[in-house]
Amino acid sequence: MKHAREEDPHEACGIIAGPEGTERPDRLIRMINAAKPSDDESADQRRREELAERRGEHDSYDGEKRTSRTEYGFDSREWFQVTRELDSRDEWPVVMYHSHTPRGATPSDYDVDNMTGPASDPRVHYVIVSTWEGATPTVEGHEFRSFHIVDGSVEEEEVSVVESYMFAHTGADDVPDRG
Amino acid sequence: MAITVSIPTILRTHTGGEKSVEASGSTVSEIIADLDAKHGGFKDRLVKDGSLHRFVNIYVNDEDVRFAGGLEAPVSDGDSVTILPAVAGGS
Repeated sequence: MKHAREEDPHEACGIIAGPEGTERPDRLIRMINAAKPSDDESADQRRREELAERRGEHDSYDGEKRTSRTEYGFDSREWFQVTRELDSRDEWPVVMYHSHTPRGATPSDYDVDNMTGPASDPRVHYVIVSTWEGATPTVEGHEFRSFHIVDGSVEEEEVSVVESYMFAHTGADDVPDRG
Repeated sequence: MAITVSIPTILRTHTGGEKSVEASGSTVSEIIADLDAKHGGFKDRLVKDGSLHRFVNIYVNDEDVRFAGGLEAPVSDGDSVTILPAVAGGS
């Protein structure tokens, strides 16, 4: 939620890594939102091309062309580096998260297509949070929902808050933040 | 030609749980065909209408093949190929 609020009105995205084969979310890693312009024009150009291909028919939201306020994507180079690091630590993404800023935290058709993609792991918990002013609080005052794939369809799952999970710091600006 | 292929977690069910396997071929397309022949379950998942599926990233060494010829991107002996889900979505 902290990441999402800091990026608002842009969408935020990232993963929470844990020991491979487990459900333990240990380490929150913020990812670049490839839809958000940076100060590196050549990277932005590459990211625009990547996203244009991924979004396919999901090219608009509410009649408007998608921007980082209505879209997120992992930068393919950063994602490669992160997964290499996870592999070397025998970790995997327990959670993949992103935020919605203009509406609630339910998966869009675009999200569902991605979550059910051919290389996407149904064991991943897809967390969506909303920073929209009309959000419906679900966990400690935030709209924080989690979904996973059951037999090829997306199902919401219950979120419980526990005291024993404390995210390890992964960067100077990463403060442990429940919920 | 021996090329090491890193397999995403979901597709390790096809490789007996192995994180990486060896394959041979001179292009990404040939590598996928070889994986399919040895393990099954690769080509139908990764290739759609003759192109790489839009929610799949394939890298040769650390280069995303989308910018290096797609499925026809060349692969050489000793290269490593990585298959990952491409992650995107939105409101």
